[in-house]
Amino acid sequence: MLRRFLLLATAVLIGAAVPVAAQEKPRYGGELVFVVPSSPPSYDAHREETFGTIHPIAPHYNTLLRTDPTDKTGAKVVPDLAESWTISKDGRTYTLKLRHGVKFHDGSEFTSKDAKASYDKIVNPPAGVASNRKGEYVDVEAIQAPDPYTVVFRLKYPSASFLNSLASPWNWIYKADILAKDMRWYEQNVMGTGPFLFVEHVKGSHWVGKKNPNYWDKGKPYLDGYRAIFMTDSAAQVAAIRGERAMIQFRGFSPVERDTLVNALGPKITVQESAWNCVILVALNHEKKPFDDRRVRKALTLALDRYQGSTALSKIAIVKEVGGVQVPGTKFATPAADLEKLSGYGHDINKARAEARRLLKEAGVPDGFSFVYKNRGIPMPYEPLGVWLIDQWRQIGLNVRQEVIEAAKYYSELRGGNFEAAADFQCGYTVDPDLDLYKFESKDVSPSNYSRYVDRTLDELYEKQGRATDAEERKKYIREFERRLLDEEVHYIYTLQWHRIVPHSSRVHGWTITPSHYLNQQLDTVWLSE
Amino acid sequence: MIRYIVKRVLLMIPTLLSVAVLVFFLMRVVPGDIVELRFAGESSFAQKESLDKERARLGLDQPMWKQFASWMGGILRFDFGTSMWTGASILEEVRLRFALSLQLAIMATFIAVLLAIPLGVLAALKQDTWVDYVVRIFSIAGLATPSFWLGIMFILGLLIVFHWLPPMVYTPFWQNPIQNLAQLIWPALAVGYRYSAVATRMTRSAMLEVLREDYIRTARAKGLWQQLILSRHALKNAMLPVLTVIALEFAFLMGGLVVTEQVFNLNGLGLLFVEAVAHRDYTLTQALVLLVAFVFIFVNFMVDLAYAWIDPRIRLR
Repeated sequence: MLRRFLLLATAVLIGAAVPVAAQEKPRYGGELVFVVPSSPPSYDAHREETFGTIHPIAPHYNTLLRTDPTDKTGAKVVPDLAESWTISKDGRTYTLKLRHGVKFHDGSEFTSKDAKASYDKIVNPPAGVASNRKGEYVDVEAIQAPDPYTVVFRLKYPSASFLNSLASPWNWIYKADILAKDMRWYEQNVMGTGPFLFVEHVKGSHWVGKKNPNYWDKGKPYLDGYRAIFMTDSAAQVAAIRGERAMIQFRGFSPVERDTLVNALGPKITVQESAWNCVILVALNHEKKPFDDRRVRKALTLALDRYQGSTALSKIAIVKEVGGVQVPGTKFATPAADLEKLSGYGHDINKARAEARRLLKEAGVPDGFSFVYKNRGIPMPYEPLGVWLIDQWRQIGLNVRQEVIEAAKYYSELRGGNFEAAADFQCGYTVDPDLDLYKFESKDVSPSNYSRYVDRTLDELYEKQGRATDAEERKKYIREFERRLLDEEVHYIYTLQWHRIVPHSSRVHGWTITPSHYLNQQLDTVWLSE
Repeated sequence: MIRYIVKRVLLMIPTLLSVAVLVFFLMRVVPGDIVELRFAGESSFAQKESLDKERARLGLDQPMWKQFASWMGGILRFDFGTSMWTGASILEEVRLRFALSLQLAIMATFIAVLLAIPLGVLAALKQDTWVDYVVRIFSIAGLATPSFWLGIMFILGLLIVFHWLPPMVYTPFWQNPIQNLAQLIWPALAVGYRYSAVATRMTRSAMLEVLREDYIRTARAKGLWQQLILSRHALKNAMLPVLTVIALEFAFLMGGLVVTEQVFNLNGLGLLFVEAVAHRDYTLTQALVLLVAFVFIFVNFMVDLAYAWIDPRIRLR
């Protein structure tokens, strides 16, 4: 037991020191072999939603801006193909100066024409081309390329999140000439400016990239190449790392899998951990009784002992942190004092549950009232969390039955409102209030508001926080939004924040965990020790 | 004989057509939508307009009869279309996995036959002796042990004892036979053992039945050599039901090894099948169902032909 604890503590401590280690002199050479627990539907990140596209393919591309690969919060924006930027005083014009001498893998030069064409495809796609991210850029009025090395974004109104949007890991820069000929060419082909050249993709098996010798960031990348192996079964993923057939799986493992690897490999494994920008929510269908009654919804959140849940569940599932609407430890996260004031976040669970029972009685909900909780058919972490929720609600006299819904049917059920209470989730590519809160706007604004309510106050607060360019002012609106969403109206229930655990070979350096499994996948800073 | 073969081949057409109609409509009855799954799933921003555009692109906005007609038209031209999920040609998607699944099925069958025939015969000859009991325990254990569990045990054993794991990526046999066998021998053993258990029991009971026949007694009375009686008279006649079992198992292996493929990370047809259904990738699922149906029909056809060769009393009429 003591040995296990010491091994784990050492591995995590080494992991915590990774940013420091990243400052060591990188070593050139070697092939990074990593596991991807999904596979890319197409090669076009502008249209896909899965990390299965990002992990193997992002190393072939650049974005205009990116998040700092050494920053653990994953929220610090730094230059990528744009070397600098300015924002006009009214906050509505973003002017980006692009790098000179950047070449696509076919040798052609990258200019503002390519940046504009790529963003046009995302923001204003032509007829017949679906852009899943169009809704994220409703604030964009015009995209201009006044000269070959300048691109200008004009907004309809100031947007506090726009810089983060430009650093989106999905917004790969494509070649304008190719897009002009065939807007869907990138779904089946690769042509970027990134640190690695495309070598091979065997569908369902693996993806291979090799070093781009003409990469614009001189001295990078350090690796000779990389090999991504697609592997859906988590036991096989653990075996691959344990058998040293693979060095890392960037998405994350469960605590039990982490412990297995640490025990088996000892100092050969390093563990990096972070709060994860994913949270399991409970959608409460406002169109079904008694969930239209805010007293009932409040009782449901008051019943949850989140702190006890965190302690127990974090040993077996990928959930841990108790937080509000932003990832704990990040810029707009809820301070502990504010968090405790929210219903269901206090430390006196007996008092909270007594209040929950009173509210249920007041709302006319009888003891032993029964309803169905529809859970997503993905075992980790939905299954343990579902069991926990049902137990928590049982303690205020509710009799909840769990119905597990297969993934393909799950969205139809939620979108169709065919549920009373259901597992839902929010997962962002970066920690940003605009991205994380959009979901909770009224149902006629947000298509993924599965609780099916209309709350214009919430919509107004969302707009205010999004346009507040002053950080303190924005924080104020976010707190108001949070209070309304989770305490006053309890439109949704936040359960526990996911916890990202990445145990990897100690040979892997230059990669820093962030709260998002979509970030830091260019691999230009990654290197392997002997 | 030729007439029989032509007749059987022609009979495949209505069977495959029925399968095609059934799978097409069943897939559309099953709840779930590829577009919602792919685009609305993880994104808060997926607008209805984008989802509708994608549905139109995939032809899902068309009336069902039109979709069916278009699909059948394609099949008649041997054009199975593209996967709705990946956009790649279905023939390409299947081709990639077919070689691995076929090789694994052949290897597992080889192992199963190698174990089942001698053990089954031996158990029958030594009925109710300790040899028979050992063989029966061996085969019952094989039936009771799921092949994926045995696969997990192999992997753990290799990891813990030898600190070694089979390769994770498939290499075709003609490119590197050692690498290829190092990956596939373990799942072939895991699957072949369970497969052999079924065949061993079938061989044993078929042999026991045949060994009690009059013609075997007559052969013995004539003073024929025991080996000759076994190989020419007993085994050949006992092979009919065994062959059926082996063939059906072989056909099953071509698309049914989902969990074993997951455990060993094999890029085979079983896993592709499950993913296609999970993604509601109609075109790919339909093509795979047709492929598996074809394999079953073809294998049955070959078994029927083999029957005539093994037992000339069977007339192909």
